[in-house]
This record gives sequence, C-alpha cells and structure tokens, in this order.
Amino acid sequence: MLAQQLLNALFLGAVYALFALGYTLIFGVLDILNLAHAAIYMIAAFAAYSLVADGLPLPLAAGLAIVMAGVIGILLDRVAFAPLRRRNAGTLVPLISSIGVAIVIGAIARAVYGIDERHFVEGGLDATPIHLGPVTFTSLEAIILATAIGLMFGLSYVLRATVLGRNIRAVAQDRVAAALLGVDLERTIAATFFIASALGGAAGILTGLEYNAVSLDLGSQIELKGLAVIILGGMGSITGAVIGGFAIGIVETLAVAYGLSAWRDALTFGVMFLILVARPAGIFGARALRSA
Amino acid sequence: MNLGTFYAQHSRLIDQIGINALLALSLSVSLQAGQLALAQAAFAGIAAYVSAIAAMQFGFPLAAAIAVAIAAAALAAAALAYPVRKLRGIFLAIATIGFGEIVRVVANNVDITGGAEGLSGIPNDVTTPIIYGALLLVALALVALARTKFALAVKLTREDENAARGVGVDVGMVRFASLVIGGAIAGLAGALYAHAFYFLTPTDFGFARMEQILVWCVIGGVTSPAGAVVGAVLLSILPEVIRPLADYRELTSGLILLGVILFVPNGLSMLWAKRGV
Repeated sequence: MLAQQLLNALFLGAVYALFALGYTLIFGVLDILNLAHAAIYMIAAFAAYSLVADGLPLPLAAGLAIVMAGVIGILLDRVAFAPLRRRNAGTLVPLISSIGVAIVIGAIARAVYGIDERHFVEGGLDATPIHLGPVTFTSLEAIILATAIGLMFGLSYVLRATVLGRNIRAVAQDRVAAALLGVDLERTIAATFFIASALGGAAGILTGLEYNAVSLDLGSQIELKGLAVIILGGMGSITGAVIGGFAIGIVETLAVAYGLSAWRDALTFGVMFLILVARPAGIFGARALRSA
Repeated sequence: MNLGTFYAQHSRLIDQIGINALLALSLSVSLQAGQLALAQAAFAGIAAYVSAIAAMQFGFPLAAAIAVAIAAAALAAAALAYPVRKLRGIFLAIATIGFGEIVRVVANNVDITGGAEGLSGIPNDVTTPIIYGALLLVALALVALARTKFALAVKLTREDENAARGVGVDVGMVRFASLVIGGAIAGLAGALYAHAFYFLTPTDFGFARMEQILVWCVIGGVTSPAGAVVGAVLLSILPEVIRPLADYRELTSGLILLGVILFVPNGLSMLWAKRGV
C-alpha cells in the first residue's frame, strides 16, 4: 500500500519537477517570475494533441510539440521580457507582462480548441499494467516517468558540461561580467527560454498523456504548485526543483491516501509558506544554479 | 441615451467598477511602501464571507456586518504581516499568494462558508451610492494620509529601507501599517461585494482576481493610487467596450495589457504626473 502510494507520488512529482525546472531556470538566470510558464505547459499539450489527431505517431508529435513550446518561449522573451530588460524595469513589470502573454496564449487556445476537454485517444491510451512486487503501474506511466527523469538528466548535463550551460550559469551569476567575458547575453537568454519552455511543455504533454485529457485549465492547477516546488527547493536551484517536485508529490499523494484530498492544496501551500518564513532560501539555497 | 436606462442596463458593471477601484487602492497602499504583498483578494474574500455570515446567520444590520468584516480583514492582514516581516520582493509575493490559496481551500472546505457552492441569498442591500460613497471616503482618507509624516516614511521605505532606518523611520511599523490599512480597504471592498451581488463562492477571490488587481495597479502606475483607480476603471470597462469583438475579448485585453506595459513605462499615471498633478 505505502509502496504503491510512493510510486504514485513519483509519477506526480516527476511532472511537478519538470514543470518547476523551467520556472526556476528562468528565475535563476533573470530573476523574474514567468507567469506564462503554465500557459506554455497547456498550449504544448494541445499542440501534441493536434499532431496526434493529424495522424502523427505519438513520440514524434510529442517531440515536435516540445520544440514548439521552446520556440514559444523564445518568442515570449522577445515580446514580453527583452524590451523590459533593455530599460531595467525591475521584477514587478516583467511579472505583469508575463501575465499578459499568458492571457494571449489562453485566448488563442480557447479560440482554436474551445472549452471542451480533448482526449489523445478516445476510450483511453493503450497501456499494459505491469506488476512489480507490491506495486502496479502501466507501461504508459513508466514511459512518462522515464521521459521526465531523462529530461532532468539532460538538463543537468547541458548545464554542467556544455559551453551553453557554462554561459547560462555565467549569466545567472553576473550578467555584466558574463557579457564582458564575451558571453552573448541575448543568445544565452534565448537558449534559456527555449530550454525552460521546452521542459514546461514536456511536463504539460506528459500530464495530458497521463490523464488522456487536455483542457484550457490544465495550467491553472500547476501554476501555483510550481511555485511551492521551487520555494521548497530554493528559487533558482536545479537540484532543489527536482527534489522539491518529488517532495510535493509525496506530500500530496499521502494527503489523498489518508483521506485529506480536500485539504491537499492547503497542505502544499502551508508547507511553502512555512519554508518561506523559516528558510526563505529553500532547502538548497537560493543561488544553487549559480554554483552548480 | 437616457441616464436612467443606461444605469439600469449597466448597474452591475458600475457597482463592480467601484469595488474594483477599492481593491486597486488597497493593493496600491502596500505597493507604495514597496511591498509586493499579494493577499488583497484573500482579505477581500475573508471580509466578504464574514459580512455575509454576520448578516445571514446572526442578523447583523448592514453597517455592523461591514464593520465586523473590515475588522476581520484587518486582523487577517495583521496576522499575516508578522510571519512575512522579513520577506521582500518576489518572496513576499509568493508567500502572500500561498496565504491566499490557503484561504481559498479553507473556504472550499468548511461548512459555514457553504463549501465550493458558496453562499447565496446574502441580503442585497448595498447600492451604487453606498459603493461610491465608500470609494470617495477611502480616497479622501488616503489623500489626508498622504499629507502626513507617515506618507513620507512610506515613501522612504519604498525607496531605500536602510536609508529610511538611518533617518529614524520605523520600517517594520510602516510595512505592518501599510499591510493592515490595505487589508482593511480590501475588507471593505469584499464586504460591499458580498452585499451588492448576494452570491459568493471561494473562487471569487482566488488567484485570478489577485492577478487582476495587480494588473490594474501596474497599468495605472505602481506607486500612484490615482493610477490604480484609473487602471481598475479602464480595465473593468474595457471588456464591455470591446464586446462587439466577442470572441477576441480576452485576446484584446491581453494585447492591450502588453501594449501598456511595453510602451508606457511608468503606467498610465505618467500621462498626468508630468504635469504635476
């Protein structure tokens, strides 16, 4: 029973972590809270749905939708953040412009898809149950979890072992110094937005697949949960976002298992509030991206 | 068009605009002290429920119900102010958003608020003159406050907390007071809302509403109370004006929001601030 619950927590936590990685990456590099992240999560799931409906095989559809999410991320930066960066507008104004982009993306999704829930496959995705000792899961869940974890390791590799990753960390640490040392700021920031939004989009697609459902309010659930995750792990911390994602996944799964499902969100935000008050830097410190 | 007919057709919108202006003022009070505290919607929600319950279950007359509701919202703000006293910027914003979510979940789950279905049949005795009378009173009170030493302390706290401390400003007190004053104003708005629309659900004052209030203030000009009111009024009317665009309403709102943010750097208040008003 507990083993099964922990496994369920792993599935939930993986998606939370993936979503939060994009959130925290943008915060770590630019010090802005990107409230359009959840809209990209949602629109990517719709894009994958459309491509599947057009007859593309699922993995290809998902891959294309993830790339599209990344491109939307770059556009988001060009439209909503880059102009503000040039005039040093602080952190509040970009927050508002990201709300503006979220409204626009939501409106486009509503115009194209309407308010009805869409299903990747009518009648449910084909998923074989797998029994492994005390736990049961489906092959689909296994693929979702493996994809999420694979993407996390991919991000970790890019940040640690590539020139791009080095540049991203340099910009996160000190934008001016990085520019002086020859890092192309705008390119690095664009790449950051591509990666962050692609991860957010991947999280949306995996969630849509897990429930075989995509709808306009897909992002509203995770938007604030993502904040709880990155606060728990420490704003800007990559490791923190992953561990925070799984921790919140465990808290929420256990809350539901123990009959507290109605209070689940209060528990999540209660934990977030307590951490902010007691240890604002989170478990892994606020600047972990900069020293990773 | 005949004014009477116009009012009859738009009375709900007119009432909503007045309440929105109050909500914008309430956030503007904490923004002026440099605090990005995003719990105004939650304070308004607490007051709306307190006021509705006081009137429905305890038979409070309107004025008493509103007074109790304002006190409850101010108390909630005071209770929140202490634990978050050390948080700044985005961290304060996130903590207060979390507070708002907790309030929403509680409203969703306890019996006295009617749970997710909310409360209906709240005595519908708040009229348009009451709403605008309240707005006028709050505006006058804020204008009067702006002429006191407190306003100077608020401005110093916003510009530079350490410098403010250096010249003897009790920064903690300024932050506390601005949250509580803002909470009380939000409480007034929430109570008026409950009695003007006689129907109340937990989502009425959720994060989406908080986002709206923040947008009004920033569009208007972050540190300008007059700008906050203008932002609230314009953005509340906007969806109605572009009603002919029906399907593109949301899209147009989003684009206008982006346009103002990108092309009017200090919000709408800069349109008149330059002329020294």
